[in-house]
Amino acid sequence: MNKNYNFAFLDEGSKREIRRSILKAVAIPGYQVPFGSRELPIGRGWGTGGIQLTLSLIGKDDVLKVIDQGSDESVNAVNIKKFVGLCTDVKTTTKTQEATLIQTRHRIPEIPMTNDQILVLQVPLPEPLRIVEPREEITKKMHAETDYAPIWLQLYESIIKYKKVTIASEYPCMVEGRYIMNPSPIPKFDNEKLHNSECLYLFGAGREKKIYAIPPHTRVTSLAFDDVPFEKESFKGKKCPLCGNENTYLDELFDSITGEVFYQCSDTSYCKEVQERCI
Amino acid sequence: MYLIDTPVLKINNLTVRYGDGCSSCQENLEKNRCTACGTVWACNDVSLEVFPGEVLGIVGESGSGKSTLMKSLYFDIEPANGSALLKEYKNGTKNIWESSGSQQRLIKNSIMGMVYQNPILGLRMDYSSAANIAEKIISAGNRNAGQMTERAIELLDAVEIMTSRMAEAPKNFSGGMQQRVQISKALANNPSLLLLDEVTTGLDLSVQAKVLDLIRRIKAKYGISILLVSHDLAVIRMLADRTIVMLDGKIIESGLTDQILEDPQHAYTQQLVHSLI
Repeated sequence: MNKNYNFAFLDEGSKREIRRSILKAVAIPGYQVPFGSRELPIGRGWGTGGIQLTLSLIGKDDVLKVIDQGSDESVNAVNIKKFVGLCTDVKTTTKTQEATLIQTRHRIPEIPMTNDQILVLQVPLPEPLRIVEPREEITKKMHAETDYAPIWLQLYESIIKYKKVTIASEYPCMVEGRYIMNPSPIPKFDNEKLHNSECLYLFGAGREKKIYAIPPHTRVTSLAFDDVPFEKESFKGKKCPLCGNENTYLDELFDSITGEVFYQCSDTSYCKEVQERCI
Repeated sequence: MYLIDTPVLKINNLTVRYGDGCSSCQENLEKNRCTACGTVWACNDVSLEVFPGEVLGIVGESGSGKSTLMKSLYFDIEPANGSALLKEYKNGTKNIWESSGSQQRLIKNSIMGMVYQNPILGLRMDYSSAANIAEKIISAGNRNAGQMTERAIELLDAVEIMTSRMAEAPKNFSGGMQQRVQISKALANNPSLLLLDEVTTGLDLSVQAKVLDLIRRIKAKYGISILLVSHDLAVIRMLADRTIVMLDGKIIESGLTDQILEDPQHAYTQQLVHSLI
């Protein structure tokens, strides 16, 4: 551990301020709590929101797992793990069941999370209304007055143009019937994992300086019209060639030599585990 | 005959000013601007009533406060003073300008419909025409996409826009078509009061005639009350039952349209009527 820095890089006062914002976020599910986003030795937009949540929550006994687009080995995941390891010396793992704290970008693990785990998501744009209203002052007011017609309008416009809702990720969802929330760029395949979950979900946006949360057993519904139900991605007839799984979220890959398109599990650690089990 | 009914809309002492005002404003008004502090009194103690099924015309030169009156009714501007009572909102017992933001949105979406002079203000130009109408229906709480599409088809048909173009954005439409889409959007939730702010200004004559014809048909078909602002006396003569003349933020004359146009009392109204080409 690098002794030049405080445990978990941030000073204790900063960590406490962030934890206070987290508590507020947990108390008001889906509400975006502003917080004083700290400078980190990583550029804004590279997961600084998630890292600040992780750093402020991590203790000596925690076991950390970091996921980037489902993978434990990609650049973002490896470097965040290295950085947190450098200033805390906590154990890291790739196995979802072993981790107590998981920081992730764009995916929720396939293995159901338990009530002693926290999932921290990195969020680029926390505001679901930003696409229809550029002014923060107005979007705050719209949340306060539950003026969510413009988001529904997005869905309707999609139905009129393409006969179905074409939003694939960042699919807006209603939290406890009060706030519409952007679930970060997870595929809508993962949206249903947010509903009535066992674990605590925390969302951190470092550049936008917002924290929000979904506590365990919270009602989270993906927006859908009465006559056009919510549909997640379907991988019918496709399966992962490595582990043979048919009901996971699959990435579409392209073999540049054969020109063939094939599908593979996006959650690599889960895929490996299933492979090991089969052997 | 309908005058004995309770009014659909009753405005009492509406005052809208641009500026902070001072103690000597009312004595120092030059037209509607205070010479001492520079405050503009866009609407100065305006009271009026609109009855069921009636078209009330408001005429006046530019800067007389017509559009300010409409915009404050549609909550685009916050008035300094005054009350507006709607028959359909709490039976006319609550001043709509004192209700909460979400209540005002409800009033805007289900009791009133607004058509602006400039379609950019009333339409989402990048969304399809159907979505523009659906927005109103969504705001009123409906979450059935099929019903929205049905209603959009019905309304676009009523304003003679081909339903094959309902997925197209109004920015691709001509000015007259945009205005008609705006009217159909305003009608989406069967409002009891329609606010028309200079709807035909800037359109060429044949299109003007078409839009006016449409308004006449809407009035006959839905029996809706209309507040019609125009500086065009021909439009007023054609559509309005009663007319109010505004000058420098004040109402200077009101009465039946024929009466105002045939026998104007106020000097300004006389000048206005005689300036008809």
